[in-house]
This record gives sequence, structure tokens and C-alpha cells, in this order.
Amino acid sequence: MAQAIWKGVIKIGSVRLPVKFYSAVHDESVHFRLLHKTDHAPVKQKLVSSATGDELSAGDIRKAYPVTPRQMVILEDEELDKLEPKSSRDIEIKKFVDPDTIDHRLYERAYFLGPDGDSGDYFAAAEALRKKGKEGVARWVMRNREYAGALRYEDGYLMLITLRYAEEVIDANALEAPSGRALNPREVQMAGQLIEALESEFDPTQYHDEYRARVLELIKTKQRGGKVKVKAFRPKKTDDQSLDRVLAASLARAKKAS
Amino acid sequence: MAAETATAGLRTFWSGTITFGLVSVPISLFAATRTRGTALRLVDKNGAPVERRYVCSKDGKELDWDDIVRGYEVKKGTFVIVTDEELEAIEPRKTREIDLRTFVPVDQIDPKYFDSAYFLVPSAATNKAYRLLAHVMEKNQRAGIATFVMRAKEYVVAIIAENGILRAETLRFADELRSAEDLELPKPAKPKRAAETKFERAIASRSGKLDLRVFLDDYAERLEKLVEKKQRAHRDVVRVAAGEAAPESEGGEVIDLMAALRQSLGSGRKPARRSSARKKTAKKR
Repeated sequence: MAQAIWKGVIKIGSVRLPVKFYSAVHDESVHFRLLHKTDHAPVKQKLVSSATGDELSAGDIRKAYPVTPRQMVILEDEELDKLEPKSSRDIEIKKFVDPDTIDHRLYERAYFLGPDGDSGDYFAAAEALRKKGKEGVARWVMRNREYAGALRYEDGYLMLITLRYAEEVIDANALEAPSGRALNPREVQMAGQLIEALESEFDPTQYHDEYRARVLELIKTKQRGGKVKVKAFRPKKTDDQSLDRVLAASLARAKKAS
Repeated sequence: MAAETATAGLRTFWSGTITFGLVSVPISLFAATRTRGTALRLVDKNGAPVERRYVCSKDGKELDWDDIVRGYEVKKGTFVIVTDEELEAIEPRKTREIDLRTFVPVDQIDPKYFDSAYFLVPSAATNKAYRLLAHVMEKNQRAGIATFVMRAKEYVVAIIAENGILRAETLRFADELRSAEDLELPKPAKPKRAAETKFERAIASRSGKLDLRVFLDDYAERLEKLVEKKQRAHRDVVRVAAGEAAPESEGGEVIDLMAALRQSLGSGRKPARRSSARKKTAKKR
């Protein structure tokens, strides 16, 4: 079995369920190093004081809380250590909410939960969550950090997706949308038809990262001393006057394809 | 190496066009998430902000972005240099274009796929095509799906319209997500009725509404209390000298993202430096 990254106990009131955490996400990006152009030596970061320009070592650096743009309060490491959450194994479910009540953008990273010990209760909890059609909002402390998460039913199992703080997400309703002259009803209608013509079910399995393999291929080619052809792509843009015509042409093409 | 361009003080993560059918809409991507107000700043002993500089590990020279290249370590200490142009040339189209060929019901996208969110801001002088697309997608509750390349990485992305604004939600590829089978979790077994009832009751007793916006952030609360205490005692309170750059937070964000975004979207207010990060809190108390 895969290696669990953490163990905890889900608590719904007085009902307890011990679980193991497994990372449901694996990242496969190609990582580059930053190098100095002339000698290809790796680049390091150095921290300097903006007042003196002197390089600072870890011991010279403090953390500060900005009270106003012009005023800060310096906090010592010992003070910050005392603020750290108490370590605990409890994953407390605060509330069960209807699905779709949590903003998409709050979801951060998914973990599978597996049974820790007896699996009877675990699968009973998963089944109960499915039947009730709810999503649990959980709080817990993992590795000195406080987390909020959504406990969800996932194909027979329990999944916990960590949530961002609401403050980190900018609300689209707080922004003003681009404005201009009223849209042309004929264009609205054609755009609607075009979207309908391109409509389908969401099938995540049909998308693959093809780029990564090709980046690695590029690296191999260059390693062998091969040359790479550089060609650029210049995208077009549709101007306001031709929008009507371009929409009509798009529709005709979409209809032919379907 | 090209540094990211900044519009109205905001960092553009990507700029290019979004296409549907034969319609092309030039746009730029801006982060839709920001650092929390409680993010701490790094300062020196006297409270002067800390700046990050790049230096060569060999000759110790300070470097600008133009002096820096990207390298892939093929074996320890040996790098193959790769330029931005070469990385673009792999997929020139996907580097510059988000081609929406499929539209799906927004609520069909499972939360486990969501990764990061960005706002799409029209970058052409005209915005009619942008407004048209946003209007129709929002009315039909459809998300446009495409793959594109940003910062040398391919993403599958869902373009979603809300409140007349388009945003891009990068999604994880299906093969970036492990299944229960990959993890070799035990096979689901039919639960005992009594155990199931116990959990059903527990769930029912805790069901209701919860406002995530007021969801307590206990750490931030404790931090604020400590800061207020020190402030009252005039202990370790430092002034940032006028004219000095506002200190970078650990997350590197000092601009008021909202104001800058508002300006980019065309309502005309100049972006301001973040005002009191905890103004709201001060009022609350």
C-alpha cells in the first residue's frame, strides 16, 4: 500500500473515525535552475537591507507585521513560536453543507483518506456521506499548520480537499466588469448557438500534458548538440466591426463539423 | 530571460488570445488570489525592508534578469541551457492561444481538479468580443475547456464567466491525480447498517449553513492580538522611512490587487499601495 503522509481522527460530535492521509495529487513539472548567462554557474539569492545595501544573514533578519504602510511591529521568533497551533490528531467537522456552496477557487489540494485500522466504520462513513449528499467542512492542524478542508465522497472513498482562506480569493463581484455599448442581440444569439454547437460533457481523461515530454525531448536534442528551430506564432484578433461576420463564419464551420 | 511584464502594477502571468470559433479575444491573465493581510514582512534589525537580489554562485556578482538563463541539470553540475524562445517554439500556438473548442456545464467539473485561478482582462482597445463571450457563457452556465502553455508548463484550463468577468481556472490533468486503486486502498466493502446509521445521524445533526468568509482563522487572530499588545506597549514598533520601498511580504505581493484589477478592467482608478493591511480588523474592534 502507498505510504500514508499523516494520520488523524475525524470527529463529528462524539463520533470518531481514525484515518490515514494520502496525497491524491502528484506534480510532474520539469524543473529548471536559474544560471548566470556568461559562466553558467547556478544563481543564488541574497538578502540585503534596503537601507544599507548590506547582505543579511539569517540571524540579521526579523519578521514584521505591517500595521500600516508606514508602520510595522517586529516579531521575534520566540513570540511567533508561541502562536503556533497546538499539535493534535483531531480533524473536526464543523458543519456539513450542500455541495456547490463552496466557491471553486477555495479548493486547493486533494488528499485521499484511507481507513486506519478497522475499515468497516470507514466505508460506513463514506456511504453515509454519499447518501446524505453533503460535504463536510473540517478544521485540523497538520505539521504545525492550521487547515480548513472539504470532506467529500469520492467513488466509495473519503476525500479531503484543503481550502484556501476566503481572504486569499478575490471576489469577482467586487470587481467591475468591462463595459461598453450594449451588445448586439444578433451577435448574442450567434455566440450562444456557437457555444451550443461546441457543447459536450466534461471528460478530464481526454486532456494530457503533451508539452512536458517535448520539453525533455528538446533538452535531449540540445544535449547532443542539435539545433532547435524557433518559429513564432502570431495570434489574430477580431475587431468590433467584423465580429458579426466572424461569428457567422464560425457557426457555419461548427455546423459543418458536427 | 524575459521578466514578467506588469500592467498597472499587476503581474501578468500570461498574455495571448482566447479563441472560440474564429473569434479571437486578446487578453492577459492576472492572479485571482492574493497573499493574506497577515503575511509577515522580512526586515533587518532596524526595521528596514529586506530585498532579494540574484547573485552568481561563482563570482558573487549581482545579476539582473537579463544576465540569467534557464538550465536543466542533466547530470550533477552539467546543465543544458534552454531559452524562452525555444520553449515557446515547442508549442508556439499553445503558448499564445487558449482555443476553446469544448464548452461544458460549469457544475460538471469536480472540485478535486481545481488548481489556481486567474482573471482574464481584455488587452485590446476594444472589448466587445470579450463582453459577448462572458455574457453568453454566464447566461448558459458553460465553461470553456482548453489546454495551453504558460511559463513552460502545459495546463488544462476551464474558462468561467462570472459577473461579466472571465476567469481561468487551471485544472489538474486527470493523470496528475491518483486514484484509490493507484494508492492500493482497500476495496470498498458493504458497510454494516448500524455503523452507517451512526454516521448518517452524525451528519444530519451537523448539517446546515456555514459562511466561509467569516470562517475563523485562529492563527491570524492570535497574531493580531500579539501585535496589538506590542503596539500598546510601544515595543518593537518601527517606522518605514518615507520614500523607501514598501517591504515585500513573504509572498512578494505589496500592491493592492483589487484596485489594480479594477483599473485593468477599465473602471479607471489608479492602483494604490496596499493600505493598512488590517484596517478592517481595527474597525471591528
